[in-house]
Amino acid sequence: MINSSLKTLGQMLAKKEVSSVELTQAFLNRIDTFNPEINAYISLDHQKTLAQAQAADALIAAGNAGPLTGIPIAQKDIFCARGWKTTCGSKMLANFVAPYDADVITRFDAAGAVNLGKTNMDEFAMGSSNETSYFGGVKNPWDFTRVPGGSSGGSAAAVSARLCAAASGTDTGGSIRQPASLCGLTGLKPTYGVVSRYGMIAFASSLDQAGPMAKSAEDCALMMNVMAGFDERDSTSLNREKEDYTRDLYSSNADKPLQGLRVGLPKEFFAEGLDAGVGQVIQAAIAEYKNLGAEIVEITLPNTGLSIPVYYVLAPAEASSNLSRYDGVRYGHRTEEYGDLMDMYCKSRAEGFGAEVKRRILIGTYVLSAGYYDAYYLKAQQIRRLIAQDFEEAFKHCDVIMGPAAPSTAFKAGEKVDDPVAMYLQDIYTISTNLAGLPGMSIPAGFSTGSDGKALPVGLQIIGNYFDEARMLNVAHQYQQVTDWHARMPELKMPGEVA
Amino acid sequence: MALSIEDIKKIAHLARIEVSEDEAAATLTKLTGILGLIEQMQAVNTAGIVPMSHSQDVVQRLRDDVVTKTNQREAFQEIAPALGNGSAERAVDSGLYLVPKVIE
Repeated sequence: MINSSLKTLGQMLAKKEVSSVELTQAFLNRIDTFNPEINAYISLDHQKTLAQAQAADALIAAGNAGPLTGIPIAQKDIFCARGWKTTCGSKMLANFVAPYDADVITRFDAAGAVNLGKTNMDEFAMGSSNETSYFGGVKNPWDFTRVPGGSSGGSAAAVSARLCAAASGTDTGGSIRQPASLCGLTGLKPTYGVVSRYGMIAFASSLDQAGPMAKSAEDCALMMNVMAGFDERDSTSLNREKEDYTRDLYSSNADKPLQGLRVGLPKEFFAEGLDAGVGQVIQAAIAEYKNLGAEIVEITLPNTGLSIPVYYVLAPAEASSNLSRYDGVRYGHRTEEYGDLMDMYCKSRAEGFGAEVKRRILIGTYVLSAGYYDAYYLKAQQIRRLIAQDFEEAFKHCDVIMGPAAPSTAFKAGEKVDDPVAMYLQDIYTISTNLAGLPGMSIPAGFSTGSDGKALPVGLQIIGNYFDEARMLNVAHQYQQVTDWHARMPELKMPGEVA
Repeated sequence: MALSIEDIKKIAHLARIEVSEDEAAATLTKLTGILGLIEQMQAVNTAGIVPMSHSQDVVQRLRDDVVTKTNQREAFQEIAPALGNGSAERAVDSGLYLVPKVIE
C-alpha cells in the first residue's frame, strides 16, 4: 500500500478497500519508526493529521471525493499552514505558528488531502544538502551516511522512504530537482508563476517556485492539478486557464509513443565536472528515449557556466531584501538581552540566522550597496537575459532538453559543508532554468555505484519550454512505462516485517 | 576586488547582523571565495543588453480599491516574541508592539 501510486490509492479509497484514517495511520506508523533516524519531518501532529483523515473519510462516504481526497501528503516547512509550526528550517522561526495558510496548503485542504507533517529543509531553502537546517540534517534513505540533497531534502527523503504518498517542494535554484535526483524520485519545478507563492516563505522572489515531489510522473501530474492555478494574492501569479496536467498521459499506447519528439542534449551538460558514472546512466536513459521514438539533437547553452555566478548575485540580493523582515519585533526570534533598538535588531538576527543564511544576506547586501550595484546586480541581470536567450534559441531546434539533474550522486554528510563554492556547484545543471523561468524536472534514470560499492540513484533532468509541463510529464511517464527505476525503493524494514 | 575585515563589519552593520571578530575573519575567507566565483561575470561583454529582472513579460495587475483583508491583530499578536531583558511576557501592549525607546 505504501508503495502504491496516487491513482491506485485514490481507487482503493473510493472502493472503501481502505479508509483515509487507516492509510494515514500506516504512514504515521512508518514515520514513527523511521523518522527519528532519517529526520525528514520537523513537525508532526498526529491528532491534527488524523482529524483531517476523518474529514476526508466523511467526504468519500458522501461521494464528494476528488483524486487526492484522503491521500496523506507531506508539506515542506516553507509553506505556512494555520496552526502548524512553520519554521523554514530556521531558529529565527523555530516557534512560529503560522496564523494563515499558504495558497498551496489551501488548495491541498480544499482537495481533501491529509497533511502528514512539515518536512525538513535547508534554512530558508539555502543549501543543497539539507545540512543548513537548524533542526539537523536529513539522512538519505538509500545510504544513511549521505545527504538527501536540498533544499527540499526532507520532502525528498520522505517520498523516497515512503513516509508519505507524495510531498510538496520548492525550487529556487534546483531545490526540487537535485534532491529528487539524489533520492531517486520524480520532482517537477513548474514554469515561474504557475503555482502561487502566497504564504510560501520568500527566499529569492523572482526565482522561487513550488512544485510536486512524488514517486512517478503520473503522481506529479495529479499533484499539479491541485497545486497550480491563479492566485490574486501573489503579484506574479499568472492568470491562465486551469489545465489538466494528466491530459497527455493516457493518450498513446503505440510502440513509439514519443515518435517525432526532438530531444536536445546541451553539450555543456556533458562536459567536465560530470561524474562518469552519472554520465553513463544519463546516456543509457537517452538510448531508451531513442527506442521510444525520440530524435536526438545536439544543442548548445553557451552561458551555462555563468548561471552559478549570476545566481549567486541575484538570489542573495533578493534574499537580503526578503529576510530584512526578520527583525525580532512582531514575530520570530528576539534576543533575550539587548540595549537599544539597533542592538536588538543586530543581536536577534545574529542569533536567529545560521551561517549560510548570514553569508547570503551579506553577499546580497554587498552587491546591492552603493558603488557596486552596476558591477554586480545589473551585470547579473544582463547575463540572466543571455541565459534565457540561450534557451529560446535551443527550443527552436528541440521540444525538450535532457541532461543530468546533478553532477554526482548523493555525497557524504559533512563533505561539502565547509566549502560553499563546492556546494553551489551542485546546482550547475538546474539553476539556469530558474533564471529563465522555465519548467524542469528530474526523474529516476538508474543507479551509479561508487567506490564504496553503494548503488545510488541518478536523476535525468527534463527541461521544457514555458507552460509545457503536461508534455514533459508525458515524456517522463512514457519512460516510466518501459522502465522501473521510479518504482525502486530503499530497503527499510518495519519491525516484524518479512523481506 | 579584495574585501577586508573592515568591509565585512560594515556590510554586517548594513545588514543588521552582529559579528564578532572571529566570525568576521571566518566570513571574510568564505565571502572572498564566493566573490571570486561571481567575478567570472566580468569577462562577459554585456554592452547594450537589457537587464532581465523577471522571467515573464507581464505588467503589475491592478485590483479594485475595496477592502479585502479583515483585522486579525489579536491572532497576529499572539505570535509576538517574548519581550526579553528578563521578561518572558509577549512584546505587546494595548495592541502595539514593544521595542526599546527610539524617541527621547
